[in-house]
Amino acid sequence: MLADALRGVPDRLDEALSLVDGVDDALVHGLARIDEERAAALESLAAAFAGSPLADRVADAIGKILAGTVTDEHLAALAGARAALLGAAHDALVSSLDTALGRSRQASAPAASTTDSGHLLAGGRSWLRELAIAGWRGVDHELAGGAAQAVQSLLATPGARRLAVLLDGFAAELRAAAPVATLPRIPARRWADLWTRALLLAQGGYPVPPATPVDGRLVVLGVDLHEHPTVFRAQAHALLETSGGRVRLVRTSVAAAKVDTISGPSAWRMLGAFPIFRAVLAERRTVEVSGMGLTPGGDLIWDESRAAAGEPADPFAAARVRLGAAAALPVDVLDRHPAVLAEPVLLEGYRPAGEAFDLGGGVTVALDLARLPAAGPLTPALVASSTACLGLLRWDGRWLLQPLAVQAVVKKKPVAVHGGDWALGPADAKAAKAEAAAGTAVDVLRERAGRLLRK
Amino acid sequence: MTTDGADYERRSSAPVIAPAQPRKLAKVPFVELADGRLQGVVSSGSDVERVYVSSITAGDHGLSCNTNNNRPCGGLSGGSHPCNHLRALADAALAQYGRDRVARYLRADLADDAADLWSGLHTTAAPNRAAEVFASFLRHLAYLEVEPATDPLPELQWFPAAAAVR
Repeated sequence: MLADALRGVPDRLDEALSLVDGVDDALVHGLARIDEERAAALESLAAAFAGSPLADRVADAIGKILAGTVTDEHLAALAGARAALLGAAHDALVSSLDTALGRSRQASAPAASTTDSGHLLAGGRSWLRELAIAGWRGVDHELAGGAAQAVQSLLATPGARRLAVLLDGFAAELRAAAPVATLPRIPARRWADLWTRALLLAQGGYPVPPATPVDGRLVVLGVDLHEHPTVFRAQAHALLETSGGRVRLVRTSVAAAKVDTISGPSAWRMLGAFPIFRAVLAERRTVEVSGMGLTPGGDLIWDESRAAAGEPADPFAAARVRLGAAAALPVDVLDRHPAVLAEPVLLEGYRPAGEAFDLGGGVTVALDLARLPAAGPLTPALVASSTACLGLLRWDGRWLLQPLAVQAVVKKKPVAVHGGDWALGPADAKAAKAEAAAGTAVDVLRERAGRLLRK
Repeated sequence: MTTDGADYERRSSAPVIAPAQPRKLAKVPFVELADGRLQGVVSSGSDVERVYVSSITAGDHGLSCNTNNNRPCGGLSGGSHPCNHLRALADAALAQYGRDRVARYLRADLADDAADLWSGLHTTAAPNRAAEVFASFLRHLAYLEVEPATDPLPELQWFPAAAAVR
């Protein structure tokens, strides 16, 4: 029962997270200003790794950092230790969820092939090192803007997009918050997460999972939308049916660069290169895929030339019949973190109770209403009047349900509303009008770009 | 389970940036709070090839306005009294970011009932920053030319799409 996972906390999860807090707090004040309390926290982090393969490197790095030497190598070990703890936290959470849902998951295999953008990564690393030394409280306008050049070169480099997009979103937050010293509250966990991930991605030889071509039918369960000032991404969670009746849970996504003034429903316009992807979402169709690459972690690398829109299919019906028995794929080893946990579930027979669903038996699951995007039709009111919900179970200090689609009763009529319904533009008249007005932003900027960029 | 969520400090998805509000871009295609300035680009009313590059520094509230060809704006002409371009820039910034964020960034002392930004600024003249601001605008426009991506980009799990203002 799902209730078991929602009620219980994995053994020693709190202990692991309190070690993570030690790193996070050190980064708030900066590695150049570690007081006794923060030093003790880092020392207990080093002690926790005793007996692990990282033991020597972590102990050495923390010793050197406490003595005032902060090199790229020390930072990599510190980030590695923090990532390992959160990876373990992720595994414990996923395993409790899999047990509760009766979901089978393949074991993960380390990826072999690697990228190398050598000198480009050095630019990112040196900014991340300055940040770590200064601490978030030491971030002023100049330091916040220090990643600009690295981001520009990474964006222009194939294979470096992942780091570019992360650094760009992270830097935008620091720029908006600078000077951070005057900020009333600091998102310590979040910024340390972004810093850690960026630092690891900026190491040479970061593994890239190989993709294997697959043929089959894709039934979309729902779409999750992601955005920061310069990116918009639609990520579909789907069932992949391949020959022999094998059904796997996969994700497939398309992303476009944008600017901050393009947001809400008009952001879909930036995904013009993916007409099949958008139509499949808006029309709730299946997709026939042939030879599309699938990674061991369950990411299907979308390719319009290898996709054909199929029959209309009701995601709720598909989830009722197939989701229970679908096999889940293991998150890539280096990607593991509670924040990447987004497990598709179908909930029925609950009672909406404020910002939560009451599942009965004294168990409730909180709703992640901050993840109901303006680019889609789902609203808190719809969720509150729903009778069935397809969503993603996430974890951020507690379990949260992010609704991706609901069946509800509106004006005594049953309706089904899906987060991807507006992929080809809003159906709702008011939203369509707003989209048309905001959509001209894209045209205005393109016109300006055409006139000014090539001079 | 029904207890409140984790503290802001301990949440991976803690919100940091309030999403930019949509606004009309024809007159002021670009506004940003960056490098210690509110800066942006204002379209010329008379010439489609020309834009004005305007900025207000945080703290000192130093004003600067020039054309993209680096000619000084006649309306400001090096003074500390804002020209129409700077006024349009300030209005666009308020529309896009909201007054709290703009006032905090510029360290402007803005009364709650202030009609615009100017009552909270003690303006001075500032050196010409047109080249830097214009370069920043071109970088901004260049995002529209970046190729779309189908990579899994797992880190975007930290960046949920902006929720509607309800």
